Amino acid sequence: MTDLASPAVMVSSRSAENRRDIGIKRRYAAERRFRAYGISAIAIGLFFLAVLLWSVVSKGYTAFQQTTITLPIEFSEKVIDPKNERATDPKRLQTVNYPVLVRDALVKQLGIDPKKRPLVKQASDMVSDSVRTQLRDIVVADPSVIGKTIPVTLLADANIDSAFKGQIDLKVAESKRKVKDQQVAWMNELAEAGVLKKSFNTGIFSFGASSRPEAAGVGVALVGSAYMMLIVLVLSLPIGVAASIYLEEFAPKNRLTDLIEVNINNLAAVPSIVYGLLGLAVFVNFAGMPRSAALVGGFVLTLMTLPTIIIATRAALKAVPPSIRSAALGLGASKMQTIFHHVLPLAMPGILTGTIIGLAHALGETAPLLLIGMVAFVVDYPGSPLEPSTALPVQIYMWANEAERAFVERTSGAIIILLIFLVFMNLGAILLRRRFERRW
Amino acid sequence: MNTVPYKMIGKDVSVYYGEKRALFDVNLDIRENTVTALIGPSGCGKSTFLRTLNRMNDTIENCRVTGKITLDEDDIYDPSIDVVELRARVGMVFQKPNPFPKSIYENVSYGPRIHGLARTKAEFDEVVETSLQKAGLWNEVKDRLHEPGTGLSGGQQQRLCIARAVAVSPEVILMDEPCSALDPIATAKVEELIHELRANFTIVIVTHSMQQAARVSQRTAMFHLGNLVEENDTDKMFTNPDDQRTQDYIMGRFG
Repeated sequence: MTDLASPAVMVSSRSAENRRDIGIKRRYAAERRFRAYGISAIAIGLFFLAVLLWSVVSKGYTAFQQTTITLPIEFSEKVIDPKNERATDPKRLQTVNYPVLVRDALVKQLGIDPKKRPLVKQASDMVSDSVRTQLRDIVVADPSVIGKTIPVTLLADANIDSAFKGQIDLKVAESKRKVKDQQVAWMNELAEAGVLKKSFNTGIFSFGASSRPEAAGVGVALVGSAYMMLIVLVLSLPIGVAASIYLEEFAPKNRLTDLIEVNINNLAAVPSIVYGLLGLAVFVNFAGMPRSAALVGGFVLTLMTLPTIIIATRAALKAVPPSIRSAALGLGASKMQTIFHHVLPLAMPGILTGTIIGLAHALGETAPLLLIGMVAFVVDYPGSPLEPSTALPVQIYMWANEAERAFVERTSGAIIILLIFLVFMNLGAILLRRRFERRW
Repeated sequence: MNTVPYKMIGKDVSVYYGEKRALFDVNLDIRENTVTALIGPSGCGKSTFLRTLNRMNDTIENCRVTGKITLDEDDIYDPSIDVVELRARVGMVFQKPNPFPKSIYENVSYGPRIHGLARTKAEFDEVVETSLQKAGLWNEVKDRLHEPGTGLSGGQQQRLCIARAVAVSPEVILMDEPCSALDPIATAKVEELIHELRANFTIVIVTHSMQQAARVSQRTAMFHLGNLVEENDTDKMFTNPDDQRTQDYIMGRFG
């Protein structure tokens, strides 16, 4: 036993004496340090993301609630059409002083003496000016309501809305705030009666631009953005993919194609406002296209998105294993067949990801749109891409310039809407990737 | 053996990659219904020569071929010859199994489809079945023809690639080290298959295995540094080669 054991002992002791210092500890320490750097980098990133989301959501979630007042409105013939002209004069119903109806209803509801004009004025200020168009639309749509009393849900004024959401500091001296003590008292009275309440704000999705926050929404901007995304997708995907296939697969490799490649890479880094200037000079001034139109915006964003799509598509085409090309060529497939039957389907996930990232980028782009006049006060939905419209990020930009408290929450609310769209687009990219991804 | 007609004739074939010359005036004839093995150390030009036979070198930038290669009297580098038609007549099997990431059925039927060799479902079914049978794969995959070809084992994938090449009914099949990525059992199956295919096809195979060359081929050509050193009947080549370099290589003295 001892004979067998002793050589082993000798070997181990010899190796212990001669063990070289190969820096094992140092190497592991370096690895641990590197991991710590990585984790801290990710932690910092997540922290700022959380701060961003928290600040946007905490400011913006209230924008999705709107205070409304439901009042029984008497569509009194005395106010609307005292001389009974509506059959002969079609404009009669358009020009009625509809807010009077609301004022009367409020006065009745709150039991105010109609002769105390300052009090009446304060009461009618609690309701949005948008009641004028709201009631007009009701009457014009159905004149038979005249003479009847029906309950109508009206938007509260933005200041009352803010006060009801607790955003106005009531400790500030009454003269320095926009909501008076009497109004707050009425507000609480109406709330207790169940007349004034908060509900989901559908208006923020459907209204157009308005100087009254309670009647402002991103509806027009959403339509404008949708038109532009459609134009960008329809133009940039085929042009970008065709250009990349040609450059990657067919074009000879020479100085000219090198130059083109360098330029495409540079174009991807050109500041977007430069594209706006280009669009203004070429599409609006030279080609005479309408200003503020989603069509021009779409063209400009297409130019901006193309380099991104071309770079992503070329990378995806390059990533297809050469063995697949050889296999198809070896069978006698032509170059075109090889590309369209084998290479392109395999590159599809990469192409789609690049396209959707490009689209998401275009959706959030503001600067070029400012230059082609899409920073506009557009109240009506654009019927076609040729009509003036605005875009979601531009709407955010415009609201961010407004002073009212209610616009602050709407700005954050619109950012939340934009972020939700971006999340859905990225989700779409992931799903398409999964759908097209194949192993080889 | 010498009475077998020539299928392909290479005359003074030289290949340049840019400035670099990879093949020096190679004169090598490929006999019909014969397995010709190309051997030699790495970088000797045997794969380059193989790829000139169906013009796969065309796909490489800066590659230039001089000399003359004929297939049944037609000069394959003549401008009147269409490369697509040539590759339909001279098929190729690659070093690494490279099935398309599609079903087994689609892999085999792709060639006939693009060349219009089959039109109806029944015709496609038939060509898929006969090709897979010729490649000795039918019994293993007949119940899962619509599963992905990439799900097969390495040896099966390579036989699928052979079936895919066979489906186009080529006259010549080029094989570039078809067994180098396979285990010995899969290799044996492919070698057996090459043996059977010889009845219907002319085969040129590049291999690094001397034993494989000896087992599957009737003719062997030895390349060294871009030159054709010796071309002979396989039996003679491995027992009594004419050239000292061949002898040294086969004995494992260099390479």
